[in-house]
Amino acid sequence: MLRTVGYNLIQLLFVIGFAPLYAGVLSRFKENVQSKRGPSILQPYRDLWKLFHKNEVVSSETTWIFRATPYLVFVVPLFVTSLIPVLTDYPLAFAFMGDMLAGGFFLALGGFFAALAAVDTGNPYGPMGASRTRMVGFLAEPVFMIVFFTVSFVAQSTIPYIVQQKWVASPAAFFSPAHILLLIAFLMLILAEGGRIPVDNPTGHFELAMIDESKGLEYSGRGAALMKWGGQMKFLVLTCIFLNVLLAPWGLTHGQQLGNVLLAVPFILVKILFFVIVLVMIESSLAKLRLFRISEFLGAAFIISVAAMIASIFSGAA
Amino acid sequence: MNHAQVPLAEGLNALIAGLILISAFAMVATRQMQGVLRFFVLQSALLATSSFLIGYSRHSIHLLALGFITVAAKCIAIPWILKRTLPSEVYERREIEQVLNIPSSLLLALLLAIAAEFIVGPIAGVSSDPVIQVNLPIGLAGVLIGGYSLIARREALPQLIGILAMENGAFFAGIAIAPELPLIAELAVAIDVVLIAVVVGVLTRTITRQIGTTSPALLAELKEEPQAWR
Repeated sequence: MLRTVGYNLIQLLFVIGFAPLYAGVLSRFKENVQSKRGPSILQPYRDLWKLFHKNEVVSSETTWIFRATPYLVFVVPLFVTSLIPVLTDYPLAFAFMGDMLAGGFFLALGGFFAALAAVDTGNPYGPMGASRTRMVGFLAEPVFMIVFFTVSFVAQSTIPYIVQQKWVASPAAFFSPAHILLLIAFLMLILAEGGRIPVDNPTGHFELAMIDESKGLEYSGRGAALMKWGGQMKFLVLTCIFLNVLLAPWGLTHGQQLGNVLLAVPFILVKILFFVIVLVMIESSLAKLRLFRISEFLGAAFIISVAAMIASIFSGAA
Repeated sequence: MNHAQVPLAEGLNALIAGLILISAFAMVATRQMQGVLRFFVLQSALLATSSFLIGYSRHSIHLLALGFITVAAKCIAIPWILKRTLPSEVYERREIEQVLNIPSSLLLALLLAIAAEFIVGPIAGVSSDPVIQVNLPIGLAGVLIGGYSLIARREALPQLIGILAMENGAFFAGIAIAPELPLIAELAVAIDVVLIAVVVGVLTRTITRQIGTTSPALLAELKEEPQAWR
């Protein structure tokens, strides 16, 4: 029992430690593909270091929401991390504290407070970005739900660890049309929730066009660092759900020893590296959608997820 | 779904079935003519791969030959013919006028896919062959969605692609239920499809030259002076 709690802590440290690296590798590769040299892959760490050593300025007009939000945004992905398989393929201590819906609600909670904080400052760009984020959010929510319901219908459980076991144990479920439909729908969802390119431009510095980024505009110093780090962790957590639970449930350790768990780290990093390459290809070959086309993008994700549900129900009945 | 071991080729065929359904949705959702054509080529390539896979797992030389015919006819010949016959401004057009907007079109396509599952469900249940259970509903969904885009699109090229997508869906269902269909029949169909592309392409080219549009919706009346439609 104590040992699995320890492994859970290792998973948390993995997510905390490698989230900036993930963001750094992603932006570096993207610049390289566009034949630029790009920043060092360690640049996000340096940014965080710099921000933590700067003074924080908080407007006197703001309330406690503005102050509390960076901590909440930082902590929420960690709650989700303790629910999902990051390194091990057997359930750890906190695995049964909540299912995938709980994970979705946690992430939504962080998003909700980030939106409130953006409205709190009275900066005109903050609420605009916040309302756009909400628009993307409420369009993404039904897709999330249907993907989760389909997965739990196939696996007869909503606990991520058990779902992951199911794909490994039953190739018939893994190799089914429903599975690939689910994957595509969830990939579109990650792009929308992570503020990646067809929906939002993560490297844009133009406030009027921002969706996800404008929530953190008013933060400085430690608050900005936590918001940034939290965003990177959220993206890493979504990637881990996608890779470990849905796409490629292999490479996770089965061993109970500490060495086995640590050995899983490079495997997971290699998997994430492949995913980074796919993301770079998607981001470099697509243009950002106009704002009102986002509903079409997420509508398509919804259609695909419902098709997955129908296909899995019928193939399950047959 | 049973827990038995699935042969890899048939498993991959099931994943490709999902991608074929997605590309059918994508053809409904795409506005650019170029994009519609690209998704059609993608769907045909997936179809050929599926045909290779089933041919490999069933040791059927027919299906392997069929895969090659599909690649030659649908991935190479048809795009080439359509590129050659249609003037390039047809492809430069971005927005295709549709009877319904894209979100409602997608919803209708989804309903068609659900209907296909409902219709085929009891039929496919008769056989315990996993390939039939996978290919039949998705093939029928491909036929219905292609037929829908034939109705909803207002331009000649996407309508043609709609017909060809219907053929793709029928083909995908066909390779599962009748893998030993004589090769001559498949050859005839493949050549037929290329001929359809040639005829529609040349016809559209002439119409475009005459009146500057490829939208059949504007061709409701026969008139002498072509200026009326400009």
